[in-house]
Amino acid sequence: MANIEHAGATHAEHGGHAEHDHKPIGFWHRWLTSTNHKDIGTMYLVFSCVMFFVGGSFAMLIRLELFKPGMQFFDPGLFNNFTTMHALIMIFGALMPAFVGLANWMIPMQVGAPDMALPRMNNFSFWILPFAFMLLIGSVFVPGGGLAGGWTMYPPLMVQSGYALPMAIFAFHLMGASSIMGAINVIVTIMNMRAPGMSLLRMPMFVWTWLITAFLLIAVMPVLAGAVTMLLTDHFFGTSFFNAAGGGDPVMFQHIFWFFGHPEVYILILPTFGIVSEIIPTFARKRLFGYDAMIYATASIGFLSFIVWAHHMFTVGLPLASELFFMLSTMLIAIPTGVKVFNWSATLYRGSLSFEPPMLWALAFLFMFTIGGLSGLMLAMAPADFQYQDTYFVVAHFHYVLVPGSVFGIIGGVYYWLPKWTGHMYNMKLAKWHFWLSTVFVNVLFFPQHFLGLAGMPRRIPDYATQFTDWNMVSSIGGFCFGASQILFPIIIWQCVRGGERASGRVWEGAQGLEWELPSPAPYHSWVEAPAMATLEHGAPVHQTHG
Amino acid sequence: MMIAKMTRKMALNSRLLTGALAALPLALAAPAAHAAWTLNLTPGIDSVSREIYGLHMLMFWWCVGIAVVVFGFMIYSIARFRQSTGAVADTSLTHNTRVEVIWTVVPVLILISMAVPAARVLVNTTDAAGSQLAIRITGYQWRWQYEYVGTGVQFISSLDRASDRARQLDSGISPYSVPHYLLNVDHPLVVPAGVKVRVLVTGADVIHSWWVPALGIKKDAIPGFVNEAWFDVDPDKIGTYRGQCAELCGRDHGFMPIVIKVVSKQDFQKWLKAQEDALKPPAATAPAAAPAAASAAPAARSGAKASA
Repeated sequence: MANIEHAGATHAEHGGHAEHDHKPIGFWHRWLTSTNHKDIGTMYLVFSCVMFFVGGSFAMLIRLELFKPGMQFFDPGLFNNFTTMHALIMIFGALMPAFVGLANWMIPMQVGAPDMALPRMNNFSFWILPFAFMLLIGSVFVPGGGLAGGWTMYPPLMVQSGYALPMAIFAFHLMGASSIMGAINVIVTIMNMRAPGMSLLRMPMFVWTWLITAFLLIAVMPVLAGAVTMLLTDHFFGTSFFNAAGGGDPVMFQHIFWFFGHPEVYILILPTFGIVSEIIPTFARKRLFGYDAMIYATASIGFLSFIVWAHHMFTVGLPLASELFFMLSTMLIAIPTGVKVFNWSATLYRGSLSFEPPMLWALAFLFMFTIGGLSGLMLAMAPADFQYQDTYFVVAHFHYVLVPGSVFGIIGGVYYWLPKWTGHMYNMKLAKWHFWLSTVFVNVLFFPQHFLGLAGMPRRIPDYATQFTDWNMVSSIGGFCFGASQILFPIIIWQCVRGGERASGRVWEGAQGLEWELPSPAPYHSWVEAPAMATLEHGAPVHQTHG
Repeated sequence: MMIAKMTRKMALNSRLLTGALAALPLALAAPAAHAAWTLNLTPGIDSVSREIYGLHMLMFWWCVGIAVVVFGFMIYSIARFRQSTGAVADTSLTHNTRVEVIWTVVPVLILISMAVPAARVLVNTTDAAGSQLAIRITGYQWRWQYEYVGTGVQFISSLDRASDRARQLDSGISPYSVPHYLLNVDHPLVVPAGVKVRVLVTGADVIHSWWVPALGIKKDAIPGFVNEAWFDVDPDKIGTYRGQCAELCGRDHGFMPIVIKVVSKQDFQKWLKAQEDALKPPAATAPAAAPAAASAAPAARSGAKASA
C-alpha cells in the first residue's frame, strides 16, 4: 500500500509531463501509428461516438417514416436498408468499439499494467475498423441498393442483394478480425499483466466481465465469418448451403447465425454489467454485494449464451423436443441475471448514496434493464413467443436491454472515468440534463412499442394499418427527443477535454480501485512500476482510513 | 433478520405501488373493438389462442409482481440510504449466504411454475391430429397462395387495390379513407367455424411467416420445408380476422396481409362447392391437386371428407 502511494506521489510530482513519456510528436505520428492504450482507446471511443450518431440518424429516418400511416418519405426497399444499417452500425460500429475503447483505457489502469500486452496488434485492430465501415456504409450507394435483409441476413432473401452483399461480407470479416484481435489483447493483458497480489478473484468486475466477453468474442466471431462466407459462395459461386432447391437448408443459416448471435447479445451487455458493478459501489460507498456470486453469475450467463440460440427461432418449425429444450434453457438465464440484479440492489441497501451523473445512469440501467429482462422472460415462453416473435414487442424488448441497458452503461462509464482521462471535471449540471432527458424520452420511445407489438404490429414494416398510429406517433416523438438529447453528450465531453475544474486523483469520494490511485489525467504509460499490494481486494487496495 | 426487516419496510412500498398499478388492469381491459391505443394481446377465437393469451397474462402478472418487489426494494433503498440525509454506509455488508441462496432458489421455483403451463400449451399447439380439413399456404413475394388440399380449389390472395393505391409513395390518398388500410385482401381465406383445420405452411421464394393473431398461429413459410399448425375456431366466432406477414421478405414485406373469413360449416360447404363448380367447365381435372395429394396424403383424405 505504501508502494502505491509512492507511485501516485511520483506521478503527481512530475505532473504527467511529456519528456519522460516518450509521447509521439505530431498529430499523424501520434494517432496513426499509436501503440498507446489510451490513444487507441480514445480513437475507439471517438469512432464509436461517430457511429452512434450515424446509426442514430438511420433510426431517426425510420421513426420519421413511421410517424404516421402512409408512405411519405422513403421507398420500402430503402426503408429496409435503413433498418438493416441502423442495426449493423449500432451493434458493430457503436456498441462493440465503445466497449473495446473502454477496455483499452481501463484494463491496464485497473490491473496495474503500463499498457495493453500487444500494443501493435492493438493499433491494427483499431485501424481495420474505419475501412470495414467505409465498405459497410459504402454499400448503401452501390447499384442494386443497400443491404435490405435485416441485420440477421437470413437467406434466401439476403442472397437477392446486389453488390452490397460482398461489400458487407468483407466488412464483417474485417470487423471479426478486429474483434478477435481486441479480445486476444484483453485476455493476454489480464492473464499476464496483473499487479502482484491481484489474483483472479480479486480483479475488478469490469475486468472480469471483459475477460468473459473476450472469450465469447473469440468463440463466436469465426462462426459469423463462416455463415457469411457461405452466403457469399451461395450468391457468387453456385453453392447451395442455404438453397433448398439445391439440396441446402435455409434454416441451417439461422442456427449458425444465432449460435453467433446470442452470445453476441451478451457481448453487448456483459461489459456494461462490469461498468455498473464499478459505479454502484463507488456511489453507495460500500463494496459490491456478493462479488464472488457476481463472477459466477457472469460466467453462467456466458455459458448459457451458447445453448439458447434457437429461442430466436421458435416459429421456424422446430421439433417439439427442441422447442422445449430451448424454452427451458432460456428460462435458466433468468437465474444468474436475477442474481446480478439482486446483488446490485443489495449494494444500494444500507449504503450512503449520492447521485452524481455516473450513478444516475447506473440506476437507470438497473431499472430499465430489469424491464427488458422481464419482457425477455415472457419471450422465453415458446407458445407465447408465437404471438411476440417478429413484432414490436421484440423490438421493445431488445431496445430496452440495448439502449437503457448497454448504451446507458457506456455513457455512465464515460461520465465515471472521464475526469480520470482528461484531468478535468465536466459540467455536472449539463450531464444531469443529458441524463433526465435521455431517461424520460427513452421510455416514451420504447415503452409504447410493447403495446404496438401486442396489438399486432410486425417489425420491419415501413407502413402500418391506421389503428397503430397513436402509439407510433408517441414513439416517434420520444425518438426524436431522445436523439436530440444525445447531442449534449459530445458537447459535454468536448468541454471537459478543453478544460474545467481540476479533478483529483480519486475523483469520486467513494472510488476504489487501482485506476484511482493514479493522478488525473492518468500518465501516458499507466503503471510504469507495477503496484505491489498484498492487501488488494476486488481490484481495490484496502484503505483503512479512507473517507 | 435482515430479510424480515427489509420485507416489513418493503410492504409499505409495495402497497403504494400496487395502488398505482391498480389502474393497469383497467387500462388493459380497454375495449378491443376500438382498436386505437390498444395495449394488449387479443385472446383470439380458438382454444390455442386463448391458452396462449392465458399464458401471456400469467407471465405478465408474474412480471408485474416481480417488478413490484424488485423495484420496491430499489426505490426503498434509494429513498432511505441517501448521503444527503446522513446515511452512513454499512461497509461490512458485502455478502450474505442465506440471502443469496434464497434469491437463487425462489426464482427457480417461480420458473418451474411458469414452465409447466408453458410446456402444456406448447404440446397442445403441435397436436394437429384429427383435423378435418387441410389448407396449404404458400408465401410468395409478396402475396399468399391458399390451396384447399384435395379439392383443387386454390387462389392467390394479395393486398386489395384500394390499399395498394394509397400506399404508394406520396399517393395523396389518406390511409384513413381506405377501409382496413393494409389489412385487406382481394381474396380472403375462407374457413369453417367449429372444424379442426390443419394448415401446411411453406415458402416459394424467400422465408415469410404466416401470422394471424386471432388464431395464435405464427408459422414461418420456408422454401423446402412444410410447417404445420392447426386451429379450431369457436362456432360463435364467425367474422373476419386479419394478420400480416411476420418475417422480413423483401421490399413489400409490409404489404402482404392475411384475411380470414370464418363462416359456419354449412356456409363453408356451399362456398367450397361453388369454387369447385367454377373449376369444372374449363378443365375436368385440376392439375394442382395431384402433387398436393401426393405430398400430403392424410391431409388430402381429410380434406376430401370435408368437401364431400
